[in-house]
Amino acid sequence: MISIDLIQSTAEVLMDKAAIEIPDDYLTGLKHAASTEDGDLSSFVLQAMLDNYKAAKEDRRAMCGDTGCPRWYVKMGNDAVIEGGPVALETALRQATANATNGVPLRPNRVHPLWRTDHDNNVGIGAPEIEYGFEPAAPDEDKADWIDLITVHKGGLFGTDYRMLFPSDGIEGIKRFYLDSLVAFGKRGLACQPAIIGIGLGGSKDTCMVLGKRAACLRTVGNMNSDPRIAELEAEFKELGNSIGMGAMGFVGKNMVIDCNIEVGYCHTGGMQMSVHAFCLSSRRSVARLHADGRIEYRTDPDWFTPYQRRETVLWEPMLEAAE
Amino acid sequence: MKPRQIRLSTTPTDEALAELRLGDIVYLDGLMYTAREGVYMRALEDKANIPMALPSQSAANFHCSPAAAIKPDGSFDLGAVTATASFRFAKWLPEWMAKTGAKLIVGKGGMTSKDYKKFFVPNGALYLSTVGYGTGALLGRGVEKVEAVHWNEELGLAQAMWVLKCNNMGPFIVASDMQGNCLFERENAKIAANLDKIYEGTRPATLKRYGETDDRSDELI
Repeated sequence: MISIDLIQSTAEVLMDKAAIEIPDDYLTGLKHAASTEDGDLSSFVLQAMLDNYKAAKEDRRAMCGDTGCPRWYVKMGNDAVIEGGPVALETALRQATANATNGVPLRPNRVHPLWRTDHDNNVGIGAPEIEYGFEPAAPDEDKADWIDLITVHKGGLFGTDYRMLFPSDGIEGIKRFYLDSLVAFGKRGLACQPAIIGIGLGGSKDTCMVLGKRAACLRTVGNMNSDPRIAELEAEFKELGNSIGMGAMGFVGKNMVIDCNIEVGYCHTGGMQMSVHAFCLSSRRSVARLHADGRIEYRTDPDWFTPYQRRETVLWEPMLEAAE
Repeated sequence: MKPRQIRLSTTPTDEALAELRLGDIVYLDGLMYTAREGVYMRALEDKANIPMALPSQSAANFHCSPAAAIKPDGSFDLGAVTATASFRFAKWLPEWMAKTGAKLIVGKGGMTSKDYKKFFVPNGALYLSTVGYGTGALLGRGVEKVEAVHWNEELGLAQAMWVLKCNNMGPFIVASDMQGNCLFERENAKIAANLDKIYEGTRPATLKRYGETDDRSDELI
């Protein structure tokens, strides 16, 4: 059984790490961008961002004043048991969010959409979002009696859009909507680029948005889709985004996209839903695996999109093989 | 070529402002207050008295909500500060400038050159943009102390009027000048030349959306 106190205390550590420590994969991507940038102003901006990440870690202060909207992804191993059950888990994550908002401190961003009521703790109706995934035991595991807690502090009012495309729109239509999203939100740097661009294709309208957001927030820079043809598109789209001629803050430059990640879901036979998401210069995510024996392993790669999460068949393959 | 770096008071002289060029990097000294939609609505629409002497104490309006908390003993814990996008506040700014004598509007992403010419230039005011975005930790380092937080109970922490004592706080980028030119529009114009080429081999969506046409008698197919 996984201790509920351990869940809450770990969640508070994750809130702090996410707000303060830029993940290494993004940092490496941005350093590479800075080394290739030749626009005067964009170069200055990228260097200032690198100084900023350093200052945040030295001072243990949030990297950005807009600390985004904290949200949680919980991935449960198939054999995980949580002390107090899922209700206790959700309470612990809400409490950790509130405590960290006043502790780090974070900006209390969450308000009621109509009455603008602010609890000053980033907790309210539907906030923080908590989403779930499940995972079978890995081949080298006896039991998957662990949970992964992942917090993402997604920033940005700008950079995300959805559109219903159709098979007749083809790759040309996908490219058009991708470029439109980058150009529209890249001007004046509203998208806080260079960003990790996530693209969701297919699913339904809601799942298309979910896929795109997860593509941006739950995959790391340098990671490729396991489908080699999608991986090719990812590389092509990254190159395309960086050829616009627009850099940080919308200044002339060659770095708009630190990486482009695409996730797909099966959709209606007549449709081709598409969403575009930008995970900004403060690509904040932090992860911990909590084991039943009390061990905690911290990391920054959510490792969300396992083969199981992308499965296509009724039965999960290892189970299928076992049955044969 | 590296941009010029300049230190500037938050109650700047007209001469100091006239010196600034688009793309200069500025570091601020003195008091700066945050004011965004909450403060504008309360001061301009609800006609509440502004709890500071403006512009004598500060002529710098920051479009910002800090990542900060008020501790139980009433002291402040301020971590990072960055700006929010300013274009949303254009409707209040002319009246705000007239009322407060603000000379520096500090925010994210600037305004249009039309706005600059219409109400920045006549008020002798300039726009400074934060960098990044956003360099929250660097800007947080530049806040020597929080002098006061006004209207916290009425507006909440994020919309309250935070009065920050700045010491070499930056970097900021000069995004407008005394002629009303706009740095972002200048950059957009340079980038626009490449857009046709980059869009080659793409096609418009089969299903249009209102907004792409404003004629509601049109069909979208």
